[in-house]
Amino acid sequence: MASLELRNLNKRYASGAPDTLKDIELKIDSGEFLILVGPSGCGKSTLMNCIAGLEAITGGQILIDGQDVAGTGPKDRDIAMVFQSYALYPTMTVRDNIAFGLKMRKVPQATIDEEVARVARLLQIEHLLERKPAQLSGGQQQRVAMGRALARRPKIYLFDEPLSNLDAKLRVEMRTEIKLMHQRLKTTTVYVTHDQIEAMTLGDKVAVMKDGVIQQFASPRGIYNDPANLFVASFIGSPPMNFVPVRPRRQGAQWLAALDSGQARCELPLELAGDETLDGRELLLGIRPEQIGIAGSHSLPTVLAEVKVTEPTGPDTLAFVELNDTKVCCRLPPEIDPRVGEVLALQFDPARVLLFDAGSGERIALGPARSNGSAKKVSRLHPR
Amino acid sequence: MSDVSVAQRRSSDVLLPPGEGGAKRRMRAMSLSRLAIHATLILACALYLVPLVVMLLTSFKTPEDIRTGNLLSWPEAFTLIGWIKAWGVVGSYFWNSVMIVVPAVLISTVMGALNGYVLSMWRFRGSQLFFGLLLFGCFLPFQVILLPASFTLGKLGLANTTTGLVLVHVVYGLAFTTLFFRNFYVSVPEALVRAARLDGAGFFTIFGRILLPMSIPTIMVCLIWQFTQIWNDFLFGVVFASGDTQPITVALNNLVNTSTGIKEYNVDMAAAMIAGLPTLVVYVLAGKYFLRGLTSGAVKG
Ligand SMILES: Nc1ncnc2c1ncn2[C@@H]1O[C@H](COP(=O)(O)OP(=O)(O)OP(=O)(O)O)[C@@H](O)[C@H]1O
Ligand SMILES: [Mg+2]
Repeated sequence: MASLELRNLNKRYASGAPDTLKDIELKIDSGEFLILVGPSGCGKSTLMNCIAGLEAITGGQILIDGQDVAGTGPKDRDIAMVFQSYALYPTMTVRDNIAFGLKMRKVPQATIDEEVARVARLLQIEHLLERKPAQLSGGQQQRVAMGRALARRPKIYLFDEPLSNLDAKLRVEMRTEIKLMHQRLKTTTVYVTHDQIEAMTLGDKVAVMKDGVIQQFASPRGIYNDPANLFVASFIGSPPMNFVPVRPRRQGAQWLAALDSGQARCELPLELAGDETLDGRELLLGIRPEQIGIAGSHSLPTVLAEVKVTEPTGPDTLAFVELNDTKVCCRLPPEIDPRVGEVLALQFDPARVLLFDAGSGERIALGPARSNGSAKKVSRLHPR
Repeated sequence: MSDVSVAQRRSSDVLLPPGEGGAKRRMRAMSLSRLAIHATLILACALYLVPLVVMLLTSFKTPEDIRTGNLLSWPEAFTLIGWIKAWGVVGSYFWNSVMIVVPAVLISTVMGALNGYVLSMWRFRGSQLFFGLLLFGCFLPFQVILLPASFTLGKLGLANTTTGLVLVHVVYGLAFTTLFFRNFYVSVPEALVRAARLDGAGFFTIFGRILLPMSIPTIMVCLIWQFTQIWNDFLFGVVFASGDTQPITVALNNLVNTSTGIKEYNVDMAAAMIAGLPTLVVYVLAGKYFLRGLTSGAVKG
């Protein structure tokens, strides 16, 4: 258990090359679970390697338990890592692969056997212990890679997409196991994933990265409900957030955004705190699919829209409509099964939508009065 | 049950396709071309084997038999006299060669493996330049290093000693062995070494426990390559050794080139066979590793 702090961390692979990591600032407390997400090639694995001491950093500091580890080699940082490429030792059996780190640290043989048995049971690879890595499937290899890290009790775990190759069922099981184990051991963990559910459920904190820059570092809830910019909003959430282009107009003290579904038009009141420069500027209205529902409340504006495609996923029905010539996904309860071409009366709370600058992707703050008063303005909204 | 019947049906499909006998004709044409290929190969084989056959036959003949018979004639009576005489002359030099080859091959292979490991996994400043210079060493002709090497050996007090010859062979062979190992190790994922470092393994542990066990084919290539090079070497042997320390190649040359007395071809041939046998044996025993090692890099990309 240890706290981990990155201060102004920079990493360049070759002099002259662009920075792969730019001014990374992160701090997690002892026992916390950090999820690192971002598109392919944004520098997640690079960051992991830097923390582990496998790549030299070009600037900044890494502090483990408040100690700068600049002069410490990977061996002495007491970190266990699951590599994205597994990196299993090809000439050793699964058992020896898992035991290697313990042997190197002079753990007594009896304890080693115990630990190997424990992680083998946990990862359901007991029957594979005498095999060589080449005789395993991808998912089995990945579990061995996981086992190699879990057999040790280091200060920090680094997991680089440890479940990416498992089937859906095993993945859910392993996710729960990891969470249980973390609750029990409370080992500080950094976990890279592309899986939305893992990102939302496993971590205490989430860091969203893009092009080597941390876009937002917050709790999973904070990232989901209060994304810092267009990138974070679009990256987190599945199905992703809808972005409807609008040009708000000022009408007296009120901002209005027109929504056109082809069948109907409505004026959406927005609680914009912004100044005159916003008038007529192109903004993106961010609405999560689950925020859109079938009209049922008198206090919310209603949009009539024709269903283009439906996707019944089981737990919900996804219905796609068009607003301002943009495809919009609505997540409806499974018992609602609209036909294609059917016109639905849809509602969402204008106070909960997000606004982004279409050009820069910056979040535009909604006004201070965002939580009340929307009911008053509903009367202005009328289906055409 | 049903699996079996399906398999049977499939195999009979292949053997007897529905329709006319077109397949049969095709098969006859195929076996004809097969025959041509095999005949050519056997002929080529025979041609390559002629010198060996001549040597073997001659080595078992008596001198009179050699004078009267022709080259390819069967010995009138098999005699080991040529082999015994030959061993009497070159036997001690055979052991000289062994004393040179064994340490030189082992040392150059071990050092090559270490060099390759460092050059691929622990790159240091200037390691590329270092590797470039080393590569250059592979292209150096033997003759170029004769003078500097003898000068160095003289300074070290190793002139005309087995140790000196071993040293020259090790130094000259290092370029090749390093190249072999380095080329293999660059194809090994770096993550392997990284994982081992996190697991707490040090420089030599990683080498000994993880990389070396993976390198069996490369080790074989190195052993065979170095063994052949050093065993067959004549130039270094002739220049850097004298008298009792000479390797068998030099002794063979001395034997064959003596101008006194009558030529005993059976002895010459037997001595040549003795000199050539170890490399043959090594190829037969380890040849499959040699091929595997040479191609393993290509297959893994
Ligand atoms: N050894 C290296 N030398 C030079 N550039 C590298 C090296 N390793 C990675 N990069 C570059 O650094 C960037 C970040 O790579 P990294 O592997 O950290 O991405 P990632 O976020 O882990 O992606 P993924 O999700 O695909 O695993 C990429 O543009 C990559 O090309
Ligand atoms: Mg990666």
